[in-house]
Order: sequence, then C-alpha cells, then structure tokens
Amino acid sequence: MQRSRFLFCFLCLFSAVSSVQADDVEQQIAKIKQVQKEGQGNQAASQAVQQLSQADQSALIPILSSFEGANPLAVNWLCGAFETIASKAIQQNKLPKEQLEKFILDKSHNPRARRLAYETLIKVDPEATERLIPGMINDPSVTLRRDAVQRLIDQAKELQKVGKKDEAKQAFQQALTGATDDDQVKAIVKPLRGLGEKIDLQKHFGFLSDWKIIGPFDNRELKGYDTAYPPEKKLDFSSALKGKEGEVNWKPVNTEDDYGIFDIAKSISPYKGAVMYCAADFYSPGEQELEIRLGTPNAWKIWVNGKLLFARNEYHRGMIMDQYSVPVTFKPGKNVILLKLCQNEQTESWAQRYQFQLRIARPSGTGVLSEKPEATTQLSR
Amino acid sequence: MMNKNALKLVLPLIAIGLCCGADWPQFRGPMTNNVATSDTPPTLVDQESIAWTADLEGRGASGPIVVGDKVFLTCATGFKQDQLHVLCFDAKTGKQLWDRQFWATGRTQCHNKMCVATPTPASDGKRVFATFSSNDVVCLDLDGNLLWFRGLSHDFPNASNSLGMASSPIVVGETLIVPVENDDDSFTTGLDVKTGISRWRIKRPRVANWTSPAILKPSADAETLVLLQSSEGVTAVYPETGETAWKYEQGAGRIPSTTVGDNTLYVPSNGLTALAPGSSSEPPKVLWQEQKLSPATASPLFYQKKVFTVNRAGVLTCANPEDGEVIWRLRLKGPFSATPIAAANHLYLVNEKGLLQVVQVGADEGKQTGEIDLKETILATPAIADNALFLRSDQHLWKISSK
Repeated sequence: MQRSRFLFCFLCLFSAVSSVQADDVEQQIAKIKQVQKEGQGNQAASQAVQQLSQADQSALIPILSSFEGANPLAVNWLCGAFETIASKAIQQNKLPKEQLEKFILDKSHNPRARRLAYETLIKVDPEATERLIPGMINDPSVTLRRDAVQRLIDQAKELQKVGKKDEAKQAFQQALTGATDDDQVKAIVKPLRGLGEKIDLQKHFGFLSDWKIIGPFDNRELKGYDTAYPPEKKLDFSSALKGKEGEVNWKPVNTEDDYGIFDIAKSISPYKGAVMYCAADFYSPGEQELEIRLGTPNAWKIWVNGKLLFARNEYHRGMIMDQYSVPVTFKPGKNVILLKLCQNEQTESWAQRYQFQLRIARPSGTGVLSEKPEATTQLSR
Repeated sequence: MMNKNALKLVLPLIAIGLCCGADWPQFRGPMTNNVATSDTPPTLVDQESIAWTADLEGRGASGPIVVGDKVFLTCATGFKQDQLHVLCFDAKTGKQLWDRQFWATGRTQCHNKMCVATPTPASDGKRVFATFSSNDVVCLDLDGNLLWFRGLSHDFPNASNSLGMASSPIVVGETLIVPVENDDDSFTTGLDVKTGISRWRIKRPRVANWTSPAILKPSADAETLVLLQSSEGVTAVYPETGETAWKYEQGAGRIPSTTVGDNTLYVPSNGLTALAPGSSSEPPKVLWQEQKLSPATASPLFYQKKVFTVNRAGVLTCANPEDGEVIWRLRLKGPFSATPIAAANHLYLVNEKGLLQVVQVGADEGKQTGEIDLKETILATPAIADNALFLRSDQHLWKISSK
C-alpha cells in the first residue's frame, strides 16, 4: 500500500511537471506571436524566446504549429527558438523524426514551418528527401515545390541524354506544372520548345498582356511622381487629356513577350521626364487575396479599383520578374488596375529603359488568370 | 617618452583591445579603421599558410568577424536568397558550431555582384547582430540563442533597394546603428542592443547608399561619435540619441567609406578629402583634397602615419596624411572590392579573384612579401584576430596563420 501510494504521488508530481512545461511553452509562444512592427512587443518576446529556447524536443511540433497566424516577424522569432531546440535534440539523438515527417506531409500547415521541419529532418534522415519530395510538385510551399521541380528537371535531362525523347518531354511537362521560379522555367521551356512543344509563358505566369495606355504627362525635375494627373482622379477612356506634349488619348496596346514586358520606349517612344498611365482589367470569380507582382526599372504607383496600393520612387536600379510583390484583394467580377509609370531625365545609356511587366499570382508564386479574358481590351491576334 | 596627449589617444585603443581580447567585432575592425589593434598575422605567406578551410553554402559577401574563439558570418540560400543564415565556427579548428536560419521579411533582389548577405555582422562581445540586404536584423547570443529580431523593411516597406543594401551595422555602447539608406524611405536607426527597440531613427538623404559608418573618438574623455556618409557628405551623430553633432556637406562617394586616423577623417569626397572634425559649435575643416587618391570600391586606410587608397586599376597608392602628396605607388593584381586591412607593418589585400597579396609598408616603397591564391571570388573584407587572417568566399571560410 505504501508503494502504491508512493507511485501515485510520483505520477501526480510528474504529471504536474509535464503540464507546467506544456503550458509554459504555449504561454511563451503566445507572447512571441504578439510582436508587431517597429519593435512593439520585443521586450516581452525577447524574454519569452529565451525561455522557450530552453524547452526540450516536445516543444518542436507546437512551435511549428504556431507559425499559423503568425506575422512574418513572429515567424522568425519562432524559427530562432525552434532551431536552438532542434539543434540540442539532434545532438542528444532525440529529434522526433516521425512527428516531423507527419507535419511535413500535412499540406494544411504553414509552408515555411513545413520547410523548416523538412530541413531539420534531412539533417538526420537524408533518405527523407526521396520519400517526400516527389509528391510535392504542386505543393503550397515554394521551396518544397522547387525541390520537386528540380528533381523532375534532372530526371528529364537524364532521359534526354539516353535518347528517350517522349519520356523526357513528359517529365519536363510535369515539371513545368509546378515551376514558378524563372531559372527553372527557362531550364524546362528551352528543351520543350526544342522538342516541338508550344508553350504560352504569359499564361503560365499570369502576366497581363492587354493594356490601355495614355501619356506622356510631365515628369521633368521628377515632379510628376507626386502630381495627380487626371487618370488618378477619374478613369475616362473616351476623353482626350492635356499631356506634356499636347493632347493625349487612351490607346490599346498589347505585348507578346514571353514575360509580359511592355516596352514603352521601343513600342511607343523613348520619352524622358515623362509619366505614362497604364490600365488593365482583371476578372475574378470571387473575392480573392492575391498578389500583384511587378517588374520595372522606373518609379511607379499602382491602384486597384481606385485605391492606391503601393508606390516606389526608384529609378534604374534594375528590373527582374517579381521585383515587387503587392498584396491585393480582388472583388468578384471586374477589377481595374491602374499603373503610373515614371521616367526620369538621366542621360546614361543604362537609364533609358521605360518598361514594365505585371502578373497576378498567389503568394506561392503560381499565376492566376483573369476569368473573363474575352471581356478585356484584348486586341485580335 | 610618449606625451600625455598621445597617451590619451592610445589608451582607448588599448582598452578596446583588452576588452575585446583583440577581437575583430565588426566591419573594418574594432575602431572601424581597417587596423588590427594587437594581432600579428603572418607576413610571409604561401599556400601552406592555410590553417583550415570550412565549407559554406549559398551566397555571402559579408566579412567574417571574430569574438573570442569564435568566427561569425552570414550567408543567404534559396533561389531568391530569402533564407538568411547566421553561422558560427570554432576559430581554432574551423568546425561549424551552429547555423541559425531565418526568413527574409523584406525584398531580396540585388545586383548580381552583390548578395543578400552582404552587410558584415557586428558584436558587442556578448551578442552578435546580423543584418541583411532585406533589412532584417537578427540578434543572437554567442551560443546561437535568439535574443531578438527586427524586420526593418517589413516595418517600413519602402526602405529597400533593387540593387541591394550593403551597409554594415556598428555597435557603440548600448546602441546598434543600422544604416538603411535608399532612394525612397531612407533612414538610419539606433536600436537597443538588448531588445531591438528603436532608440532613434533619423531621415537620411533619399539616394541609394552602400557606405558603412565609422567611429570617431577624438580623445579618451570625448564622447564617441558615429560618422554617417552619403552622397551629400558626412554627418557626425551621437550614437545614443542620433542627434547631429556636425556636418561636412561637400558631397561624398556612396560606396567606399570614411576612415579615421590620428583624429582626422579621410573622406572619399572630391577624390580624397582630409577633414579635421567639427564640434557642436564649429563646422569641420577641410585640410586638403586630392583627386589622385580617389578610392574605388575599397575604403581608404590610414596606417603608420600614411594614407592608402586602391584605385580601379589595382594600384595601391601611399600618401602623406599632412598634405595628400603621393609618396609611392605599387601596382597589384586587382580589382579589389574588399577593403585593405593592416597589421604588423603590413597590408593585406585580397582581390575579387581571391588572390591575397601581402605588402610591407616602407618609408619610400611598398614591397610585396607573399601571396595566396584562393581561386574563388572574394568580395568580403577579411578579419584579423588570433594572430591570423580570416577570409571568406561564397563557398569557403579560410584561416591564414603561421604554423
């Protein structure tokens, strides 16, 4: 009886200790997730992350799960604690491998948490790569999907080397379904086109190619960036407006460039000290939280349905695909995108570009097409 | 015998050396002047001087820093270089001790020659502060435990540069000074080293800038100032408050940074400008300006009462700091992005192709005493500590020392 009583007391004590630890982990996580911009919440979070980092491996999955609903700052605080705990667990050979793998396979979890879990797991189980990556060709995680795409690219190249063209083509086509990074798309498209395939990259990426454009308006001495010319006040596609060089009208334009680049300098005129406005429609089947991804070497502002989303006053620091990502909520039906594009008066050869590319994408990078393309301002091709 | 004034100037250096254990705690060393306080790396070098080589991943142009027996550096991985790493190595063996990973919260686009892990980290001896081109700021203790995190581009979305940010932070007292100077939302901020909360934030000229701050401490009893350089010139600010002490407003370069030597500033401005510091009541005084000493990418160096610059052709020029007159020139194999560093009467210069060249400083000439070909692109400025050099490329971290 005494032995039973002792055992009972021990179990109660152990249970209490475990309960305190679990509760403590949740409390520290909650404090960390309260960090906000400009260092708000940092003091409490700093204490919390240091305490959380002392937890054992049982905290790893709760930390990963807590990425859901965490802002980008809090995600990094959680990363710091996770990595410290995981590092200790690996040294002590106590990493919960099965739980991590289960977490990775659950695509409903936060993509970055899944990636972190994956990178941790393969430190102790390199074979996990072959078990997990092949099934991730359309994964919500950008980085896991990228690894899956790369695996298929490598496979397709090997098939091509041994003359299995049809199988190589299939592998490349499958890889393309998941590819959103430019380097991988190029690595796929070149051989596919060489094998006779026709590929619409504009459609693949979701580039908008049909625009209405008006201008130039005055941007001499860079004053145009902050000047609200008529298109910013009201979009009236039928009216003539007073521009920098006289009367101007809206004109439909189109680009066939693979990457949706519309080059104002080459297609219209190499304006300097100028502002152009470009408008396009995007039809959404319902309310969608997506991203406008813009590439341009010019200063710009962008509105959707009359609301200013973002602006960047930078000239000629380069241009790449997805240079800027701007969150946007599209309403059901027609949405009007207005882009203000400013060119300065620099005379250097590298400062003459006046162009842009714009696509609609999910946060994961996959392109989203307008649902009613026939109703846009599309020109006959 | 050393006079009292000279002793006052030397004491802070000795104090810093003792306090840091001859650490190299930030970009351009303990006094941000490219000079080691007490360490003596080898002067006769060859391929056998490589003590160890450690593997690195991804990309990185940040210089290594050394605190005690640990080497810290940063790198970035992923197609968009949006996975940010702070790494720690054992200075004696090159063994990796830890690697902490974070996600960029700001933009990661940068020029091909640069990368997201371009700013060199800084340390106060207890913590490591790492910044990245994405304007993320990570603070860890020396064992890799996260202390705090800030995402300055997340906080201020137009604080960014499509060519990339490169300015390195410095830590003075309880404040980490982080330059975030660019074409749009341009500022420099002072963060509390314990929490990352801003002590101050000041507007800076709205133009891209890649220079790094320098420390100015005129005497033992004077307050330390931080020198912020931009296209408009140099501003001296109090590190604790960000308030301006004085300004030089004749313009300056946006890549090579100001160097301080013998209480004189050497500013990449109008070639090279020698400047006597100002005060709260007096503006700084231009002592001389010399176009022939115009630096390229590497910052100027003041050492052994001489001024050194490296031009685009890879020519090392030695000049008289009193008047800017050229004393000697030495053609090296360039080009150089890394700033030359100095110790034991020698300069250590590594070019962009990874060729480390050692030059003995003489009164009338510079003499090359050795070289090591590391055969990889090196853009990062090396560190001197533990009587050794530490250099890094994208792929490797090397220790160069005597056997």
